[in-house]
Amino acid sequence: MTRGRVLAGALLLVLLLQPLIPLGGYRQYVLHVTIQIFIWSFIGSAWSLMGRFQLVSLGHGAFLGVGAYATVLLWNVYGVTPWLGAVAGMILAGLLAVVVGLPCFRFRVVGHYFGLVTLAVGEVIRLLIIAERDWTAGSLGLTLRSAGGDSLWAVQYGSKQVFYYGSLAMFLIGLWIWHRVDRSMARAALESIGEDETAAASVGIHVTRFKLGITVLSAALTALGGSLYAQAIAYVNPETLAGIGVSLKIVFAVVLGGMYTLLGPLVGTALTTALSEFLRILFGLKLLGMADTIYGLLLIIFIIFLPDGIYGSLRAALARRAARSAGGAGVAAKASV
Amino acid sequence: MIDPIFLVEAMVNGVLLGGVIALLALGLNLIFGVLDIVWIAYVDLVMLCMYAIYFLVTVHGWPFWAAGLVSLGVGALLGVAVHLLIISPILTSPPVNQLLATGGLLFFVQSAATLLWTTDHRSVRLSLPSWEIGGIFIPATRLIPFGISILAVIGLYLFLTRTYIGTAIRAVSQDREAMSLMGASPQRIYVVTSAVGGLMAGLAGALLIFQYAVHPFFGGQFGPLTFMVCVLGGLGNMVGAFVASFIMSEVIAVGGVVMSTEMGYVIAFVIFIVMIFIRPGGILARRQ
Repeated sequence: MTRGRVLAGALLLVLLLQPLIPLGGYRQYVLHVTIQIFIWSFIGSAWSLMGRFQLVSLGHGAFLGVGAYATVLLWNVYGVTPWLGAVAGMILAGLLAVVVGLPCFRFRVVGHYFGLVTLAVGEVIRLLIIAERDWTAGSLGLTLRSAGGDSLWAVQYGSKQVFYYGSLAMFLIGLWIWHRVDRSMARAALESIGEDETAAASVGIHVTRFKLGITVLSAALTALGGSLYAQAIAYVNPETLAGIGVSLKIVFAVVLGGMYTLLGPLVGTALTTALSEFLRILFGLKLLGMADTIYGLLLIIFIIFLPDGIYGSLRAALARRAARSAGGAGVAAKASV
Repeated sequence: MIDPIFLVEAMVNGVLLGGVIALLALGLNLIFGVLDIVWIAYVDLVMLCMYAIYFLVTVHGWPFWAAGLVSLGVGALLGVAVHLLIISPILTSPPVNQLLATGGLLFFVQSAATLLWTTDHRSVRLSLPSWEIGGIFIPATRLIPFGISILAVIGLYLFLTRTYIGTAIRAVSQDREAMSLMGASPQRIYVVTSAVGGLMAGLAGALLIFQYAVHPFFGGQFGPLTFMVCVLGGLGNMVGAFVASFIMSEVIAVGGVVMSTEMGYVIAFVIFIVMIFIRPGGILARRQ
């Protein structure tokens, strides 16, 4: 445990100092990629709050889109500060989660059916954004209205360092929330619900309430991720922030990293982002489509051969080694984190 | 006030489109119902078959009917290949991993198509007549696919109900563990099911190329809709999928005229969501 804390502290120190590392012309690019990793790790952690309990959502793009568009539209049209816009986005996403989740859980929509209902919700949000093009600009996307300079009120800064530290802070908050859920009684309740809903109900667990609670929390946090993404990129588009494509990418990163561990989403997101960027730089426009072709192929291979995710598999392997080296004298405790 | 003639024409178009959607839904339903794995990339197989026809007809000058037969073969081969290479290894994996494996296939197929054929939209030029009946135009490019898809649906129904292998497929979809106990090999049933599902994809590709241009992201156009129809009709319920196809296509066609194209789809998806709550087992399932 002490060793773990030292390692965590060292890693955090490295992260805090990264913007100061002299990288010359590459600094802006490295900061950009790292910001993306933090934001999508946060979103992935939010998704895994549901995913780890067998609530596999294919529609988290809906919450992401609601959060991003709420923030941008409120600022562009009414001049509402993104600090409040993000809150509005979270509330709207929470309401959407209730509207969809409550009937699902009350009527026992589970497994594939739940996945497909959420997929439909994701498509509905994406198509609504496109259909209401008169005020959302549809497929063209929206650009953040400039505040005319650096502004705390408008959350607009020319320097990427500000967004680096902001996204790092939000990512750490996401980890803390994940950890709190992991240590709560709700976790035990939700795990039993995921395994056998009827049995869980028979011992007195209020199934609908627990599922709805975790769903609303996940939706609100995802919307917050959408808001920060919108501020960092200054542009929103229905294809990159809603619908099945982005929803699948969120799920991929989390499952690849391992959704039952604290750092799984981070590992998964870092790997998929690094892989994506590496292939994009390698092939670029010379072989249009080659980067994503290899990316898709590698995703398939990872999913088939590392079912617990990369980080999850590594931890399992280490646990087995520790158990073996103990000579069977003691039972290897399954530690999370 | 919308001219009633437009509404009637939209309804007719809805019926004609429903036939092809029924093909897609039945092919997916077969696979979904039997293996209980979500083939997210199913419609992308259709996209590949459309490309096969495009190149054979436009580049190599084959007659359309011959290219159509090749499309069937390509579809069946792709179906078997997907099963053997991707589905077999993950039959016992958690549902989310199964979902993502075919999701990865979706990325792979779309990107490979982009790599090989660019993002240009390609269509097959067919000179076919169009008939006017009472002010409503009915083009052959929609009527012919509709007719063929109805014939194919009937053929599939006969296959599933009148042949031994078809009966075995339906038995597996009801209870795959019991089927193992009866001595039948689920693995062989799975391969046959994937081949038939792929064949349906090939046929759907042949019929869709009549009226749509093909491009690498064609799957995004029909993919989610096919899933909705599949579940709305009830997994493993072929008649339900057939009925649901026409309900959905009518909503999309009429909604597209009354409001906008996107709103037609929105309404269709909302109807799907509501129906899942009201009829979890599908529109024709008896309430338990």
